[in-house]
Amino acid sequence: MNPLHRPGDSPVHRLPAQVKIVGALAFVLCVVATDRTAYWAFGAYLAVLAAVWVVAAIPPGWMAKRALIETPFVVLALAAPFLGGGPETEVLGVSVSVSGLLAGWNIVAKGTIGVLASLTLAATTTPRDLVVGLQRLRTPSVVVTIATLMLRYLEVIVAEARRMRLARISRGHDPRFLWQVGATARGIGTLFLSSYERGERVHLAMVSRGYAGALPDTGGPARPLSWLSGLVPAATAAVVLVGTL
Amino acid sequence: MPATLAMHMSDGLLDAPASVLFLVIGGVGVLLALVRARGALDDRTAPMAGLVAAFIFAVQMLNFPVLPGVSGHLLGGALAAILVGPWVGALCIAIVLVVQALVFADGGLSALGANVTNLALIGTAVGFLVALGLRGLVRKGRGGLVATAFVAAFASTVVASLGFVAEYAIGGDPAFDLGTIATTVVGVHCLIGIGEGIITALTVGAIAAVRPDLVYLLRGERRPLEVSA
Repeated sequence: MNPLHRPGDSPVHRLPAQVKIVGALAFVLCVVATDRTAYWAFGAYLAVLAAVWVVAAIPPGWMAKRALIETPFVVLALAAPFLGGGPETEVLGVSVSVSGLLAGWNIVAKGTIGVLASLTLAATTTPRDLVVGLQRLRTPSVVVTIATLMLRYLEVIVAEARRMRLARISRGHDPRFLWQVGATARGIGTLFLSSYERGERVHLAMVSRGYAGALPDTGGPARPLSWLSGLVPAATAAVVLVGTL
Repeated sequence: MPATLAMHMSDGLLDAPASVLFLVIGGVGVLLALVRARGALDDRTAPMAGLVAAFIFAVQMLNFPVLPGVSGHLLGGALAAILVGPWVGALCIAIVLVVQALVFADGGLSALGANVTNLALIGTAVGFLVALGLRGLVRKGRGGLVATAFVAAFASTVVASLGFVAEYAIGGDPAFDLGTIATTVVGVHCLIGIGEGIITALTVGAIAAVRPDLVYLLRGERRPLEVSA
């Protein structure tokens, strides 16, 4: 279900999830706070991420392929130089707005590094561990329960939707453009009902196996050494950020 | 590859102070939803909320064309509000967004607060308030319920996109004319809102026809059967 996770046994993979979540968030906030004209800083952030990939044994090409989910924002950024106002400059013989050019660069640079940081987190941590990490960060138990069961049910629902679609198509349904909306929506209604009724059965099964309202906490506290080593990328980013001021 | 416009905001669209501001606003809003939803979430309904969240997640994977080359996906705010109520609905969508950002790298980590504010808080609240305002229509029967769901979903999508415009006005790049941004974003979301409205309406209609007890908006509406001699 999760094509973003890359199983491994590197120090980055073994780091407790709560450390990685805090580290990734702090890192991204540093990137977003950086002045967009401090061009070298973005190179430094990329170098920090590349160092993490080396430790985690993730090939850069593997990352690049998955970073394509950011494409819509790159399209937006490429349009920016033509939409911005103010003084203009010439790039390759085309007159573009200076502030628009900078704004486009800002979105591409920060968006790309942000998505790469998120991908690094997702690649080195299983979905289950991410939820455990949230649990260790004192997330309320109801939220942990909902998130855990959501991840478990997601696969079931997506598989069920795929079977329903196959069943429709094998009965001669040929959905195109807008006309598929009716069948899709009715399918969603049926999907909700069948998943809900399955959920009711699963709940009874959970209760009969001793479920009393809270999921067990399977994580452990992170050692100070884990925190120290895990926050090195974020700390480096903070140093770079201070250096740009 | 068609450009997808209705997706979660990435990092870099808002500056750092605005990102942190909305992380706080989103966090406080989710906490409020959590407190208000707590009474409704027991050992049976909390796992079911997980199922509703998974359902919203799966439905958000559904893309539909709005313009040639531009597709939008369902946001699900009104759908969640109508099915499970505003508090549990907001909580579910917020959890979906957090998991999408952490597990699927969809939506920037620094933009998480803004995404939660728009989709989980504004989207659900507007969807529910509109549906509540049209209660008279809901009482008229299935057609009324379907019409209400359409209007609620449309309004929720458009107002959620206004949330983005407000965030951009606070922490976005001043290089762009805010009017242009507002027109483009709200315009596209009006089209997405129509798709969202149709799918929400038909979905709610299909569920209400079979299990009206699962539609939060219909609670207390059905009078018990009177048995007369």
